[in-house]
Amino acid sequence: MNWFLFLGLIRDRSRSLFPILVIIVGVFVTVLGHSWFKGAVGDIIDTNARLYTGHVKVMTRAYEKESDQAPNDLALLNIDALTQQLRSEYPEMQWTPRISFGGLLDIPDENGETRSQGPTFGMAIDLLHPESGEIDRLNLRDALVQGRLPENSDEILISNEFANKLDVGVGEDATLISSTMYGGMAMYNFHIVGTVDFGIAAMDRSSIIADITGAQTALNMDNAAGELLGFFKDAKFHQEEAQHFAAGFNSQYENNDDEFAPTMLTLGQQNDLGSIMELMNYFSSIGVGIFVFVMSIVLWNTGLMGNLRRYGEVGVRLAIGEDKGHIYRTMISESVMIGIAGSVIGTALGLTLAYYLQNHGLDISSMMSSSTMLMPNVIKANVTTTTWYIGFFPGVLASTVGAMFAGVGIYKRETAQLFKELEVQ
Amino acid sequence: MRYLKFVLIILLIFPEMSMAQTPDGNEILRKIDENTSAKNMIVTSTMVIHGRRTSRSMTAKSWIQGTEQSFTEYLSPPREAGTKMLKLEDELWMYSPQTDRTIRIAGHMLRQSVMGSDLSYEDMMEDPKLENMYTATVTGEDTLNGRNCWVLELTAKDDDIVYHSRKIWVDKERMIALKENRYAKSGKLLKTAEITEVMRQSGRWYPKNMIFKDALSEGKGTAYKIDSIEFNADIPDYIFTKASLRR
Repeated sequence: MNWFLFLGLIRDRSRSLFPILVIIVGVFVTVLGHSWFKGAVGDIIDTNARLYTGHVKVMTRAYEKESDQAPNDLALLNIDALTQQLRSEYPEMQWTPRISFGGLLDIPDENGETRSQGPTFGMAIDLLHPESGEIDRLNLRDALVQGRLPENSDEILISNEFANKLDVGVGEDATLISSTMYGGMAMYNFHIVGTVDFGIAAMDRSSIIADITGAQTALNMDNAAGELLGFFKDAKFHQEEAQHFAAGFNSQYENNDDEFAPTMLTLGQQNDLGSIMELMNYFSSIGVGIFVFVMSIVLWNTGLMGNLRRYGEVGVRLAIGEDKGHIYRTMISESVMIGIAGSVIGTALGLTLAYYLQNHGLDISSMMSSSTMLMPNVIKANVTTTTWYIGFFPGVLASTVGAMFAGVGIYKRETAQLFKELEVQ
Repeated sequence: MRYLKFVLIILLIFPEMSMAQTPDGNEILRKIDENTSAKNMIVTSTMVIHGRRTSRSMTAKSWIQGTEQSFTEYLSPPREAGTKMLKLEDELWMYSPQTDRTIRIAGHMLRQSVMGSDLSYEDMMEDPKLENMYTATVTGEDTLNGRNCWVLELTAKDDDIVYHSRKIWVDKERMIALKENRYAKSGKLLKTAEITEVMRQSGRWYPKNMIFKDALSEGKGTAYKIDSIEFNADIPDYIFTKASLRR
């Protein structure tokens, strides 16, 4: 019976072509949209984690409240002991200090006077100890455009765009003017050893990367750091585990009223990343729901149009004694076949483009030139197991639901009227 | 009733009598400027910056020529000692002995705090004469630390002035501003200044102890104390050159 129906669909393409096209488009958009959205959000979260939030972050309570201003006067003190404590309590994580700082980067002329200058955002990381993993985490080797990575504490990397803006090159000196941890003026000479292209508009505009010990000297932050970042050793964020760690750590300081007591935040508690992750989960479900609903209506309409065209056929089938339920079931069987065919083709097309975007990505740097968000310039799709089936079932379901709605009309046909209707035709 | 009629008649006949006690706001500004500005001066001062974690103290010596030129050398603490600042009209230069660099402070950096205090470089760059920057209106009277004051509202004459408006409390007798609130164009309070002690020096009243507070920060303010001041001193011209920064 099903073979007979299948042949009918193949031979009478006007019965199947439009519904299949509709499902192909719907499934294609769903598959591509899901992988693209997952990739984009994943990239944003990963970029933020690597550059800013870590998987967990320890700061003083006072620093946390104003963390967007990088208030180093509220930084963590005695970080050697705190790092030891964290390493022994949470051996699953890699702990590394960071200092964020703002200021002015001034380039001297041959007389030591200002040749060019510009406001800078600096990040100090542990560059000199390879076991810290910071060079790989920030992908600095690949990001290097000219020169080399720092090998001494007074050497820095500067973003390539910023270097061009200041007309400064590798091998030249640059003076950082900033504030010390105690509020005093910090002026410190660094040596530029490399330029980097981070691939993130907000960082490429005016960033410098310094070694943590160099920044500690420049900012008078001996054995202090703004933040201690923790990363899971497999480089993946495990939300529940991170939440458990943070709750355990913070409970140690519950009865401590000191605003400089340390506090631990998970990635999800910073930069609204938790909301983004929740939204991502909701969005997938909402997207699929909307797809099924819209496709059902479109396919209902298609079914109604098909039924109009097949009005005579259904009438004849009823007139020769075919049961209404049987006709209804055969039409639903046809729609399942159409749904499967459309979903397979739509999924295949969607996956093809999704895999392409996963490997090559889409350069959105022109849209990000004035953005302050930590977003990569190239957004890549992410094909997961879910991507393989996320469009398939809604495609079949929409086609079936559409046929079920449209086919209800069969039950409204009166046998007594059939011959009259057929005569008219 | 008869008394009230009398007062009303007097006021109708001599309306200026009701205003006679209220001087012109701009005239008050002129008198304040006479008190606080001089042809030149040499000031030694101590600044105590109260941070959220610690307080620190620093001393400086400044040579000031008119409204356009000033040179400051920080004397302590050791980390900041030898740092020098030179203001030449609308340019500000800074020298740090640790880096042996002379750096021009401009643009965005002018809004930054000076040595972590509640004062910005823009505050340092301001024309010290209020009369040059603002028009003033007397809006009332008040008593501050037992001193009778005029309350003045100042509105900037130009858009490029750092604070669009100010409210100041001026000692009626000594013609010195004892309290000041500085506002942005939006009306947001940006900074407050309060003079807690004044001194009589060379026939003029001058602030001795002040507390500045950046209203946008959570710090406890910056106390500024003038240890010594010499008006109309003999200051050699070379002081106000970039070469003097490295001397």
